[in-house]
Amino acid sequence: MSTEHLADPHDDHHAGEVHFPEGTRRDYVTGFVLSVILTVIPFGLVMSGGFASAQATAFAVLGCAVIQMVVHMIFFLHMNPRAEGGWTLMSLAFTLIMLTIAVVGTIWVMYHMDANMMPGMMPPPGVDATMP
Amino acid sequence: MSAEILTEPTGERLYHPAEEPHFPEGHSTPLGFWIYLMSDCLIFAILFATYGVLGHRYGGGPGPKELFELPLVALNTTMLLISSITYGFAMLHMHQGDQKGTLRWLGITACFGLAFLCIELYEFTHLIGIGAGPGRSAFLSAFFTLVGTHGLHVTFGLIWLAVMVVQVRKFGLTIANQRRLNCLSLFWHFLDVIWIGVFTFVYLMGMI
Amino acid sequence: MEQHAIESTFLFGRLTLEKLPLHVPIVLGTFIVVAIIGLAILVAITYFKLWGYLWREWLTSVDHKRIGIMYMILGLIMFLRGFADAVMMRLQQVWAFNGSEGYLPAEHYDQIFTAHGTIMIFFVAMPFVTGLMNFVVPLQIGARDVSFPFLNNFSFWMTVGGAILVMISLFVGEFARTGWLAFPPLSGVVASPDEGVDYYIWGLQVAGIGTTLSGINLVVTILKMRCPGMILMRMPVFTWTALCTNVLIVATFPVLTATLVLLSLDRYLGMNFFTNELGGNPMLYINLIWIWGHPEVYILVLPCFGIYSEVVSTFCGKRLFGYNSMVYATICITILSYLVWLHHFFTMGSGASVNSFFGIATMIISIPTGAKIFNWLFTMYKGRIRYELPMMWSLAFMLTFVIGGMTGVMLAVPPADFIVHNSLFLVAHFHNVIIGGVVYGIFAGINYWWPKAFGFRMNQFWGYVSFWCWVVGFWLAFMPLYVMGLMGVTRRLRVFDDPSLQIWFVIAGLGAAVIAVGILALILQILTSIRDREKLRDLTGDPWDGRTLEWATSSPPPAYNFAFTPVVHEIDAWQDMKEHGYKRPLTGFKPIHMPKNTGAGIILAGISVALGFALVWHIWWLAALSFPAIIATVIWHSFDYERDFYIPETTITETEEARTKALSNAV
Repeated sequence: MSTEHLADPHDDHHAGEVHFPEGTRRDYVTGFVLSVILTVIPFGLVMSGGFASAQATAFAVLGCAVIQMVVHMIFFLHMNPRAEGGWTLMSLAFTLIMLTIAVVGTIWVMYHMDANMMPGMMPPPGVDATMP
Repeated sequence: MSAEILTEPTGERLYHPAEEPHFPEGHSTPLGFWIYLMSDCLIFAILFATYGVLGHRYGGGPGPKELFELPLVALNTTMLLISSITYGFAMLHMHQGDQKGTLRWLGITACFGLAFLCIELYEFTHLIGIGAGPGRSAFLSAFFTLVGTHGLHVTFGLIWLAVMVVQVRKFGLTIANQRRLNCLSLFWHFLDVIWIGVFTFVYLMGMI
Repeated sequence: MEQHAIESTFLFGRLTLEKLPLHVPIVLGTFIVVAIIGLAILVAITYFKLWGYLWREWLTSVDHKRIGIMYMILGLIMFLRGFADAVMMRLQQVWAFNGSEGYLPAEHYDQIFTAHGTIMIFFVAMPFVTGLMNFVVPLQIGARDVSFPFLNNFSFWMTVGGAILVMISLFVGEFARTGWLAFPPLSGVVASPDEGVDYYIWGLQVAGIGTTLSGINLVVTILKMRCPGMILMRMPVFTWTALCTNVLIVATFPVLTATLVLLSLDRYLGMNFFTNELGGNPMLYINLIWIWGHPEVYILVLPCFGIYSEVVSTFCGKRLFGYNSMVYATICITILSYLVWLHHFFTMGSGASVNSFFGIATMIISIPTGAKIFNWLFTMYKGRIRYELPMMWSLAFMLTFVIGGMTGVMLAVPPADFIVHNSLFLVAHFHNVIIGGVVYGIFAGINYWWPKAFGFRMNQFWGYVSFWCWVVGFWLAFMPLYVMGLMGVTRRLRVFDDPSLQIWFVIAGLGAAVIAVGILALILQILTSIRDREKLRDLTGDPWDGRTLEWATSSPPPAYNFAFTPVVHEIDAWQDMKEHGYKRPLTGFKPIHMPKNTGAGIILAGISVALGFALVWHIWWLAALSFPAIIATVIWHSFDYERDFYIPETTITETEEARTKALSNAV
């Protein structure tokens, strides 16, 4: 925790005002253009058959998604490190940690469970398996 | 106002501020609503994790490649993306105090949101019609629940939007209404971010 | 999947007359007693014309203090129900030897252990902890209310709504027979086609919404409403633990909500998340529910750690030893608690790598927890300890909790866990930490803050009787369970073949009886305190020589808490004020801006109960009416823009002058 968060809670806002972060027209248009581009790329990639290796396609698609999420956060949700004394960003970071633990942990745990408990039913790597 | 300022020159400590701190109505709303969104985000995280675990268990039924139609998903994504920027325009008009403009853009946003929902409903009824309903396999249960929960959020967003249109018409762009429109803005754009996850992890990754 | 056909009518869904327990004497008897008591209360309220007062001053109140007290009352009532379940189980296990089936049929016994766990966690421990946080936190941070007062009222009523649904299941139909976490496939529609699991699901969902919202509310309150000068590192430790607990609530209750939604989709719409067919995976449920379940135990125990910190520091007359380390230990526990959930199912077969990761993570948690124990011990070292009741509970906690923590570390070793998994050893362990950690903490908190809430102290004699009965009864009741667990006796058994075990169950049963006396003494303590309130009156507002801001105002505090917002210079703000000869301002009061009471919360929760009941019994017309009714009520409430008012200057002056008079009488 940085010392910034230990500062006085009232430093950041003056009495009588309620602050939502505001965007400008420029923000919205920039965000929109960027997200159109970042949507078209992965859709185009997958619909045209993608790269030779499926893995490369997957990484490209995932990369676009992550960038687009950041774009939305900045230009549409107007995230910034100063809003609410930094607490919005702090809670977002905390949520992302919790989210990663829950999602990655679940997939890890359940993968090992399947591998150990019913090895015959695991999909072979890279091939779509249907359950017998 | 730091502790030092509240100490008198004589070194005596002051235990009450000269002016009472005033908390205007709704001063906690921006942070409170944001934290609500974070908790909602974790609901989606669990649905994504479930999809991650069950997404390849087809139960002998159809898989994503037999079911998903990317052009439809692309159209749907377009609707939601456009509704996002139109909501942005509504907010810009709100900042200028232009009630008519705000209402106009809110109406346009609602149209695109409704289009999104209709396309999704079409997709769902189509899938159920060809025997790929949510009970068919674990994969389809996870798919319908994840996408459906997002759709349900959009539905609630639309109801909220309709209420806001009535309230803005009736009471004008008051501070309270501006605050509510700001919350709805966060909600609406948050649903976009979730949708990016949905079309990437469910549709695109399923088709690779 | 094949749904089991259950008869259903349009008007009453699956509800029929046979679902009422007219043929089960135990339940019928309970019902008659409860009905008589309930009727007596209703008649009394009507006779004394208290409905208007109750509605205006309590049920619709948005005052955090009143809501906190109502949470405590809810917790106490549900505590009696949960404990009755415990006594019934103990009696059955003493009885069912040497060929005897005991007195409880299997399907009734299974409902009892499920209800005991569910009620004790969700409707006893949670309301108690939430109630204390609600009452104390705004006072400790020098605020006049929480950030969202209406939401606070709504959250409380949703918790009550969940409790009501669970209580209805006692008399209308049956409760789940699945254990308190309702693992599928047992809780699936194939194995449990009747209403039991549905009661469980909707009771928890309704209450869970309340808990999540109350978590958001308190997090924001602590972040935004602190008085000037109270930087984070000057917050009282109880407020710190409340912050961490509520962060955990916001981060984990959505997981519970989502998991239960998936289970209900399996049950209602024939989906296949946790079934054994078409790719479903019951293990996934166990994984998901424990992602919520493990942090939940820290949600309960962290605020209690905060209570002990306040109590130990107050009754030793010293600043808490290692304030900073206490804060960082709390934050560490908050994060780590999210990383250990798999230790609840080591035996499920995730293999060595996964098990060792979660085993080690679990053991690491004991480090910050141990640091806290040392902090309390060092605070006591060379302190002038006053052995008042809150301090006694804290001492009992330290002794008890350390044992529970040690058995916890034993269970964290996967090979050891394979041997005692699902045994009575586990049951003994978690009762050891929950009773020793949470229940003792709540009792310490009740004894400590009671004078603040009501303006008079609690009766000492019955308090000590309750204390000693609990401490002795606890060891008697749970040590035999450790022994039997090591001998391999599994939990939730109804009858036993091995007669040599009976003596252990008899000892455990005796322990439960001693605890029962302890609970009786607690009730007597409350009743005698109220009876002798004039004798026990505290006019100072600071009966314990407290150190934090809640003791700076009168007891009970006025609706606005503080006539003037305090300014904080040190960690123990009130102690600092006393040391610097703080003088209470007697003039210059200004009108205070406060939120208005509203009935929307109780109405919404009432409709939610109707919705839950409709879904449990598949009464679709009622569900189709009540769900839109909820949305309509929310919209209707959103049209109310005038939710606040000003307490006029004259009222404040009157209140404060009364306090001045009381203070001068007290000296």
